[in-house]
Amino acid sequence: MPPHVGLFIPCYMDQFYPQVALASLELLEKLGCKVSYPIGQTCCGQPLANAGYERDTLTLAKHFVTLFKEVDYIVAPTGSCVLHVKSHFPELKGMEAELEKTQAKIYELTEFLTDILQLTSIKGKFPHKVGFHASCHGLRGLRLSSSSELQEPTFHKAKLLLDQLEGLEWVPLSRPDECCGFGGTFAVSEEALSICMGKDRILDHERNGTEILTGVDMSCLMHLQGIGSRSGSKLRYLHLAEILNQALS
Amino acid sequence: MNHPQAAAAFLKDQARASWHDETLWYVRDKRDAASKRLPEWEDLRTLASDIKEHTLSQLDYYLEKFEEKAFENGIQVYWAKDAAEHNQIVLQILQSKECKALVKSKSILTEECHLNPFLEKNGIAVVDSDLGERIVQFLNQPPSHIVLPAIHLKKKEIAELFHEKLGTEKGNEDPKYLTDAARIHLREKFLSAKVAITGVNFGIAETGEFVVCTNEGNADMGVHLADVHIACMGIEKIIPRRKDLGVFLRLLARSATGQSITTYSSHFRSPRKGKEIHLILVDNGRTAQLSRSNYRSSLKCIRCGACMNTCPIYRRSGGFSYGSTVPGPIGSILSPGLDVKKYSTLPFASTLCGSCTDVCPVKINIHEQLYAWRQEITQAQGWSGKELSIKLAKGIFTSPLAYRVSGKILRAALKSLPHSLIYHPLNAWGKGRDLPQPPASTFSEWYQKNRL
Repeated sequence: MPPHVGLFIPCYMDQFYPQVALASLELLEKLGCKVSYPIGQTCCGQPLANAGYERDTLTLAKHFVTLFKEVDYIVAPTGSCVLHVKSHFPELKGMEAELEKTQAKIYELTEFLTDILQLTSIKGKFPHKVGFHASCHGLRGLRLSSSSELQEPTFHKAKLLLDQLEGLEWVPLSRPDECCGFGGTFAVSEEALSICMGKDRILDHERNGTEILTGVDMSCLMHLQGIGSRSGSKLRYLHLAEILNQALS
Repeated sequence: MNHPQAAAAFLKDQARASWHDETLWYVRDKRDAASKRLPEWEDLRTLASDIKEHTLSQLDYYLEKFEEKAFENGIQVYWAKDAAEHNQIVLQILQSKECKALVKSKSILTEECHLNPFLEKNGIAVVDSDLGERIVQFLNQPPSHIVLPAIHLKKKEIAELFHEKLGTEKGNEDPKYLTDAARIHLREKFLSAKVAITGVNFGIAETGEFVVCTNEGNADMGVHLADVHIACMGIEKIIPRRKDLGVFLRLLARSATGQSITTYSSHFRSPRKGKEIHLILVDNGRTAQLSRSNYRSSLKCIRCGACMNTCPIYRRSGGFSYGSTVPGPIGSILSPGLDVKKYSTLPFASTLCGSCTDVCPVKINIHEQLYAWRQEITQAQGWSGKELSIKLAKGIFTSPLAYRVSGKILRAALKSLPHSLIYHPLNAWGKGRDLPQPPASTFSEWYQKNRL
């Protein structure tokens, strides 16, 4: 029996990046999963909670837990929403067991591919210089890769996948895990800082020869792309799901 | 104070902001290299965290033990519940010695208590003897960083300042030349001071001694030449045993500057014959912080400054943008404990990237405490404007139908509205960023049409 995966798509991705959602769906199907996309998905509540309104996310959290009750796994092409579900869903009185199950079975897409499906020999080509943006919530929240601050064996779940693609050149960066400055409401409440941080990230990629900038969080990429586009930068932006899905076709 | 405004002002000079970022990143790099030379680094962090947790859990016991031992060693111990009491105690000691001028080595606690202006108002001249502190003192500024007080200043500015204050050659920016000039200037101050004030890095309960860590030896120079040594210590600086000290000394300098140890780690146990040591134990909000379960572990801090050097916000907004004695991530969880209204924007001056937590040598979960403060602040402050827009978002997101309709309107608006209206100056997203190209339909529309 193939695993039954419930696909969770972040609200901004549904609205602005349907192609990334579609790539995630196709990719999981190509890899043999039975995928369904429960209708009626809403925002997970992260922007509210990070802005200091976790108490107002109760309805959203209950809705989420109910919507994904039936599936074996919840997979989402985002690190930050997954971290929110795992760490910052509010206490759900009377639904404690369901909440615990939800938090245990939700995975960010790349960690699902490396840890559950355990992909080690993807057959596909992607002959490009790819720079990876390590979004903070995936990196230091979900531990999708080792962090430069810690003394730990080096590991990188996204690189593990991308390295399997023929012709793909991984671009080393001067600051491989510096924040891009998106930060949810931070992007507007600390606008000047947010832009400056984004520009610095783009510069690091440009200086080191990135052709395509990828990552596991489209929100960070949306922010970087927005700054890049305004300043006439030539970088292209693709979510990791798009790269894998293209390479596998 | 308002962090976004201060940060925006700092960023107006982009070249300077970029220089500030690079300078502190260089320090973070040195810290990385030093920490990675120790295979046991993570064990040391865990150990340090555990020792501090344990100490905080029995702080009253260790403090009394420390007081008792220190007293036996001939140290005079005082307790100050807040900054005002602390300053008063210092003043009384100085007045009893008829002291009109003193030297002080770097002490963030005395900055926190605003001791300098208080003493100056009472006719006592204070000379900060740490080079960086002396520089900011000449400029009548507070330190912008707890370990590197003058890190916001360039060599050229220091050369100009020294030309004006110390009569160095105009335009001579040679660091050695400038340091020598400062050394001669400070030497006179050391020789004439009867009282020296220092901070305390660690107080050891078992022995009643305390340890002061410096690189310039200025604390030692001041203390050894003076008759009276006043040491000001926050009550969280206590550690149980002397053998615990090594854990912290190994972490402190590596985390702060990438050195394996500070040049001087001076132990003070008993006054020499005819001399005096006065030790002031200061609370100033620490007991209150200890009682807040979400934030008590912020008291584990050993003031290494590593969270500032790693913070992408601090590096690009400067220490002054925080408007508090301790800036950066750790300051943003400590300061609201002192005055939640005044420092309400600080917990939001972060993307919650978590680098501060990973870099912290005593494993304070700084970014999680920032998140917790946000929850409290919104509730306590009643930010109506924000509340309103968030309510709107909540209204949209909780109802799947409303969320789809609003998204549709938004996407339609993006297609048809003129550029000038979408990128209205009040639209903070669009000021420096383009919006994504709106797609023809949402994923959920596509899915329902093609897959159901």
